[in-house]
Amino acid sequence: MLKRIALSLVTLWLLSVLVFAGGRMLPGDVGRAMLGPFADQQAVDLLNKELGTDQPLVVQYGQWIGGILQGDLGRSYAYRAPVSQFLGTAALNSAKLAGVVFLIVVPLGIAGGVIAALNRGRLPDRLITITGVTATVVPEFVSGIVLILIFGVWLRWLPISATWPSGAGFFTQIYHLILPAIPLVLVLFGYIARMARAGTIEALDSEYTRTAILKGLTYPQVIWRHVLRNALLPTISVVATQTVYLIGGLVVIEIIFRYQGIGSLIYTAANKKDFPMLQAGVLVVGALFMIATTIADLLQASLNPRIRFGSTTS
Amino acid sequence: MSEAAIPTPAAGDLPPSAWRDFRHGLKRVMKSGAFLIGFVIVGFWIFCAIFGPSIVPHDPFADDMLNSLMPPDSVHWFGTDQLGRDVFSRVIAGARDILTVAPLATLISTVLGTALGLTMGYFGGWVDEILSRLVDAVLALPTVIVALLALTALGTSIVTVLFVIGFSYAPIIARTVRAAVLAERNLDYVAAAELRRENRLYIMFVEILPNVLPPILVESTVRLGYSIFTVATLSFIGFGIQPPSPDWGLSISSNYGLIAGGYWWTVLFDGLAIASLVIGVNLMADGIASALDD
Repeated sequence: MLKRIALSLVTLWLLSVLVFAGGRMLPGDVGRAMLGPFADQQAVDLLNKELGTDQPLVVQYGQWIGGILQGDLGRSYAYRAPVSQFLGTAALNSAKLAGVVFLIVVPLGIAGGVIAALNRGRLPDRLITITGVTATVVPEFVSGIVLILIFGVWLRWLPISATWPSGAGFFTQIYHLILPAIPLVLVLFGYIARMARAGTIEALDSEYTRTAILKGLTYPQVIWRHVLRNALLPTISVVATQTVYLIGGLVVIEIIFRYQGIGSLIYTAANKKDFPMLQAGVLVVGALFMIATTIADLLQASLNPRIRFGSTTS
Repeated sequence: MSEAAIPTPAAGDLPPSAWRDFRHGLKRVMKSGAFLIGFVIVGFWIFCAIFGPSIVPHDPFADDMLNSLMPPDSVHWFGTDQLGRDVFSRVIAGARDILTVAPLATLISTVLGTALGLTMGYFGGWVDEILSRLVDAVLALPTVIVALLALTALGTSIVTVLFVIGFSYAPIIARTVRAAVLAERNLDYVAAAELRRENRLYIMFVEILPNVLPPILVESTVRLGYSIFTVATLSFIGFGIQPPSPDWGLSISSNYGLIAGGYWWTVLFDGLAIASLVIGVNLMADGIASALDD
């Protein structure tokens, strides 16, 4: 278990190097990129000095990572203010949207997968599988726009902007988040249903299920006590790994629905060439993913005695 | 979905049988309904990508401001956009760019990923350990976000898009290849080649590679679907294919502000085109995977 955490830390460090290198692959210098090709060289030098971008890359990386370890994510070039100020609100907004998505998709995906498995090879199975496969591969901006068209413009059932009026209550906020959540639900449903289906089928085919049936348990007892308990373990890790996808999807959804989350923050930072904001945003996304998968692994290990008492290497 | 799709070669299988299975599998692939439907859809779009610009009824680039935002009628089957360009012609011609960029990106990721996976699986030990950590680090970031970072730093260009997608998907292919190589690694033919003191590169690429091609084929078809997904998304947010291309994602991006005004035809047909292409590719991938899996 300790080894798992140590490996995650190594990966996290590598991630920070990748993100830093990715942000600084910039040909030329940061000051020049911000001020444009016609700016005065002195102004460029001054800006570089002010931003600290005249130092060697290794020093810059050291300062950046050192700051982050002390909770300082850097200062935004575009807003001339600490990045953390913006990142906090944005992350909270994205977390609300992601929360609505998971709240809908996890029960739906698991139910879909289990129903498909219990009807293996028959019509419900094929319908769920085909729906899952099809919905998973359509880009969110395509389904998002079709949904806006149907439910926002034609039927006028749901608001087409995710931003609620200021001071709106909990339910108004949820109401505004339903339409943006659906495209992400569509993409995630297929994965979760597929894993839940595979897990359930494996459990149904196992010796212990046969034993449970043979010792005279009723069908619902077999399903609830023996099949589902074992089937849903792998689904936990899928839900965790899908957070990375979810955050990628948030970028597009937050743009379409004009929502101030971490996705639109990264997008705006990219458009403004605001590297500290961009790097901090990307690093937070990567770190969130690493934390989510590590927790999922540990959770899975603690729920599964075979892993808990065996080797914990990945 | 990728993990579930990988056929695992049975231990002790002789290498030629993998190919016999494969050829046998291909026959079954052609009989699979899902594959055929996907093949027809993708075939249609490939045809449009090659011949589209020369067979469409109107010039996809010709502005006609007097007839802008006209709803579909008998002249403009899918209506016209803000600049009066014919949407039908643009949808047909729009297949070309995405069907050039996405397959090239997939090719890059397949080549890189296969080389990486062969190295990890064959050498094992600390080489595998280090490369695995690197793979994990890359996989921790959504492709769209990696692309935003790289495209901001390097400037928007198609070459950058190609390599960003290539690098982002290589680790996933590497994992698949690594798993397949691990299953081959201890078979007798590898040991025999080692006893003959063959070059390691020779063993990896000439002895092992041909036997792990089926899972690579499945994985790269799946990746093609994702590449289309990602290229379309990047074009939509302005970091992919650039104007004046009739690309679908790009068209949706420049017209979706109009849908509240009821100009649905400027985005709906492009959306359906993207959806049908990715669904088609994935139906093919599913057909191949299940035929090789049985």
